[in-house]
Amino acid sequence: MLIPHPLLGLRDAQEFTYLGDASLLNRPDPATPGAEAAFCDYVFLRDNPAGVHRELWFHEQGDRSWLVVTRNTLTHEILSAELASDVKAGAAQ
Amino acid sequence: MTFSGFKVIKEALTGYKGWGPLWRNPVPKPSYDIVIIGGGGHGLATAYYLAKRYGQANVAVLEKGWIGSGNAGRNTTIIRSNYLLPGNQPFYELSMKLWETLEQDTNFNSMVSQRGIINLIHSDGQRDAYRRRGNSMMISGAGARLLGRDELRQMVPFLNFDNARFPIKGGLMQERAGTARHDGVVWGYARGADRRGVDIIQNCEVTGFRIENGAVQGVETTRGFIGAGKVGVSVAGSSGRVMGYAGRRLPIESHALQAFVSEGLKPVIPGVITFGAGHFYVSQSDKGGLVFGGDIDGYNSYAQRGGLPVIEDVLEGGMALMPMIGRARLLRAWGGLVDMSMDGSPIIDRTDIAGLYFNGAWNYGGFKATPAAGLTFAHLLATDTPHETATAFRFDRFNRGYVIDEKGVGAQPNLH
Repeated sequence: MLIPHPLLGLRDAQEFTYLGDASLLNRPDPATPGAEAAFCDYVFLRDNPAGVHRELWFHEQGDRSWLVVTRNTLTHEILSAELASDVKAGAAQ
Repeated sequence: MTFSGFKVIKEALTGYKGWGPLWRNPVPKPSYDIVIIGGGGHGLATAYYLAKRYGQANVAVLEKGWIGSGNAGRNTTIIRSNYLLPGNQPFYELSMKLWETLEQDTNFNSMVSQRGIINLIHSDGQRDAYRRRGNSMMISGAGARLLGRDELRQMVPFLNFDNARFPIKGGLMQERAGTARHDGVVWGYARGADRRGVDIIQNCEVTGFRIENGAVQGVETTRGFIGAGKVGVSVAGSSGRVMGYAGRRLPIESHALQAFVSEGLKPVIPGVITFGAGHFYVSQSDKGGLVFGGDIDGYNSYAQRGGLPVIEDVLEGGMALMPMIGRARLLRAWGGLVDMSMDGSPIIDRTDIAGLYFNGAWNYGGFKATPAAGLTFAHLLATDTPHETATAFRFDRFNRGYVIDEKGVGAQPNLH
């Protein structure tokens, strides 16, 4: 499996470690009411879709950047890869 | 039709004309008391125990393909009860006891073979950890034996004891562990359930639930609506997909786990050997093939196949442990889907939807659990209360902080 790194081009998935669903970028605010339940959902529950999945990969054996990879879990086809920092900045705007 | 030695001889002498199908292929009824989704080992065992022990015969098992075509037909057939934690070990020991009487119970040859399992030890720290695990196993009645290096070398002389990185210092053995014939288990439970009136409906995929006022009314399928008083979901690997039809998220990711078999060889490996440090375990089937596997591929997948890097990793582990494996040819490699849960342990519980029950999150260890999962899930479906041996496997253990994390790696499914 080759991951199209936005800065480095196609890189072997073996250079990366896998964390999971990209929703892990959206950490709940611990100061809001109901934060405890929100954190339980955040830590433990996953959509786990059969199909398109946005997920976090860490380029551990490379430039040590975090990527948000969009991949089809039925075919392993990779549709896109973005820097997680860009995704986070885009969401904040 | 009951199997016996006499019957086999009689059929041999009369042209095998007396053998019939082992189960019917019924048309689904409009409704059942209990519908079980998933005709794998777990679903069929649940139906079998519902009918046999709990007097519930108005039961249907719905299977999208043919029975046993999912993980029940893709595992490496190992049965064992060598866990550490109190929530897990008594459950797997219950399963082991059921394996020991399975063939008499179902009157079907499931080829249960208690040839033993050995977990290899490479360091003093690991010996301490395995000694502790062995004590936990003995408390549950499973039995355990710590093997020294010399004793182990007599049993399995072909291992590379002097590997530079992982020299073998001993092993933890469970003598009652072993293997079973995976298809035989499925067929035995299917036949036993069918004979007691359970409808096994194949080629019937569930496509949704009908839920009214927070209570399940039945399931939508490719063969129409089927009403149900209670629905049991037993589809590990696809749990996320099926429970998604009910709008529920789970503490589970689906991952691909690969397995391998070599060409048939003369008997060479006495039992099951696990080389955890090298991500490799192996046994030998009755047909002679070396059956082995290693780690999951490590990223979410519903593809029922894995990638080459893990194949390479497993084969490297095999070569490091027992260099003679390099002389055997690899016959087949395949993949299955496993529910990897947030603490590496299973869930058998009610859901917040009345009448909807869940059995899943078996990680890479569902096969050995088949009898106990079937029995305890049947108990839950029939009585609405958890079986006394499966009280720890609840959904809310995550919220309450009572996770059952054998490896202690936290909520990271691909590390369990």
